[in-house]
Amino acid sequence: MEKLELQKMANEIRKGIVTAVYNAKSGHPGGSLSAADIFTYLYFKEMNIDPKNPKKEDRDRFVLSKGHVAPGLYSTLANRGFFPVEDLKTLRHVGSYLQGHPDMKHIPGVDMSSGSLGQGLSVAVGMALSAKMDNKSYRVYALTGDGELQEGQIWEAAMFAGHRKLDNLVVIVDNNNLQIDGCISDVCSPYPIDKKFEAFNFHVINADANDFDSLEAAFKEARETKGMPSVIIAKSIKGKGVSFMQNKASWHGKAPNDEEYEIAMKELEKAGEELCQK
Amino acid sequence: MPEIKKIATRESYGKALAELGAKYDNLVVLDADLAGATKTDTFMKVFPERHIDCGIAEANMTGIGAGLAAAGKVPFISTFAMFAAGRSFEQVRNSIGYPHLNVKIGATHAGISVGEDGASHQCNEDIALMRVIPGMTVINPSDDIEAKAAVEAAYHHEGPVYLRFGRLAVPVINDNPDYKFELGKGIVLREGKDLTIIATGLEVYESLVAAEKLAAEGIEARVINIHTIKPLDEELIIKAAKETGKIVTVEEHSVIGGLGSAVCDCLAANVPTKVLKIGINDVFGESGPAKELLAKYGLDAEGIYKKIKDFLA
Repeated sequence: MEKLELQKMANEIRKGIVTAVYNAKSGHPGGSLSAADIFTYLYFKEMNIDPKNPKKEDRDRFVLSKGHVAPGLYSTLANRGFFPVEDLKTLRHVGSYLQGHPDMKHIPGVDMSSGSLGQGLSVAVGMALSAKMDNKSYRVYALTGDGELQEGQIWEAAMFAGHRKLDNLVVIVDNNNLQIDGCISDVCSPYPIDKKFEAFNFHVINADANDFDSLEAAFKEARETKGMPSVIIAKSIKGKGVSFMQNKASWHGKAPNDEEYEIAMKELEKAGEELCQK
Repeated sequence: MPEIKKIATRESYGKALAELGAKYDNLVVLDADLAGATKTDTFMKVFPERHIDCGIAEANMTGIGAGLAAAGKVPFISTFAMFAAGRSFEQVRNSIGYPHLNVKIGATHAGISVGEDGASHQCNEDIALMRVIPGMTVINPSDDIEAKAAVEAAYHHEGPVYLRFGRLAVPVINDNPDYKFELGKGIVLREGKDLTIIATGLEVYESLVAAEKLAAEGIEARVINIHTIKPLDEELIIKAAKETGKIVTVEEHSVIGGLGSAVCDCLAANVPTKVLKIGINDVFGESGPAKELLAKYGLDAEGIYKKIKDFLA
């Protein structure tokens, strides 16, 4: 898929995120929107996956360590054909398979249940280790939040991944600089993120999470890196794509009301039309 | 009872892993810098490429186990019960239990019989913690033979299993040709009509000795070995309550949330019966040789005998 097509798809995925969270009347739009381009790139360009065969053995694996941005993952999977886009409206409803946080038992395309911050990276490490033990070529991608780096288990996992030289593992840090209580550097700074991963023997790549050229270069570099795991520190804008949500910690975990939903969808539709005229 | 062979169930765990490893390529063993103590070094010597030392990072080891299982392996994650069930509780719940991944948790050094290390290392809460996780199977074998059988059963069972092992060498009591391990099935080791002692782990042997002492006084106690605490053999327990009346549970674990609580849950709902729960009475332990601690906390045969006598009086 070419860059313009990726941009169009990311815009569709953003519409799905806003629609899902609006219908759920709760959820996490801010981080879902900041990571929407990362999701799009992974599922439409980078990863070896098959929506018709979600469990195929040699597929690349994805672990959403920051599980609360499930709407971002769900909207991507739906738009990629794993399940109907219409079902996004059932997010968080009783009886729906679209749980508030990813549930691998019931959602096609979800490789790992997650939600409790700090735990996903360890699981991704286990998957990458399994591939190495079996001489399999699949790769494992894990998306973490930047605030999530405050969890100690992340660094246990990083230490092990570096020690074992898991070059089939790519950690992506969605670096939108905000967590529930405010700026990550004010709450409990994880910076410098690059130096920390470097110290754990990671190859560090900096990228712009909302620019497909930058993402393409970053994932290519990760693919070419041998003998050590890679981390892509992806600078992003929380709430990206919806003007009133952008860079606002308050939009970490709340749903838009009727009026806000209308404004958000109009903005995204306009952005989509502009992309179509390119 | 005549002098019998004694083996710590953690030794049995290591041996069983090495034996099963030869049969099953997808069996992998994880450890957190305690391979010598958990006895997974027995497996490591034979299959070094399938033994993964995660270092002193139990939460991460638990997650790595989940990832390996998600990729098709059958991992046995191994550490002390305190860290497996205690420190890593949330990882076990969310990364293994909730997705119902095929991870086996080999928890050694459980209970007060860890001994000299004292209260910080004496995990008397793990059965309670693991039992409450939906879909978790909880096994507490009584001796070497049962421990090995339990490890094999755990390998073949699809889903998460918690296996509890001890540090102390304990008598081998299941050394007979009729012995058969079946997940979720209790074993009647001694018939009796006056009361039933339901025991688990190393307390099965102590209960058998206590039952002999009672028999010498004309009190016939039925003794049931409950190696699988979850799922519990409710049928066998209800039958015993109906036939013998009084029930005594014995476990090297807190009386809150363990075997005793599980049995009470079952009986209260089916056949309300007077139950005496013998275990650790809501206190932390202390340092000392295992045997002396078991005596001090009333968990040796003598202590069990005395408590049952009071119960019957």
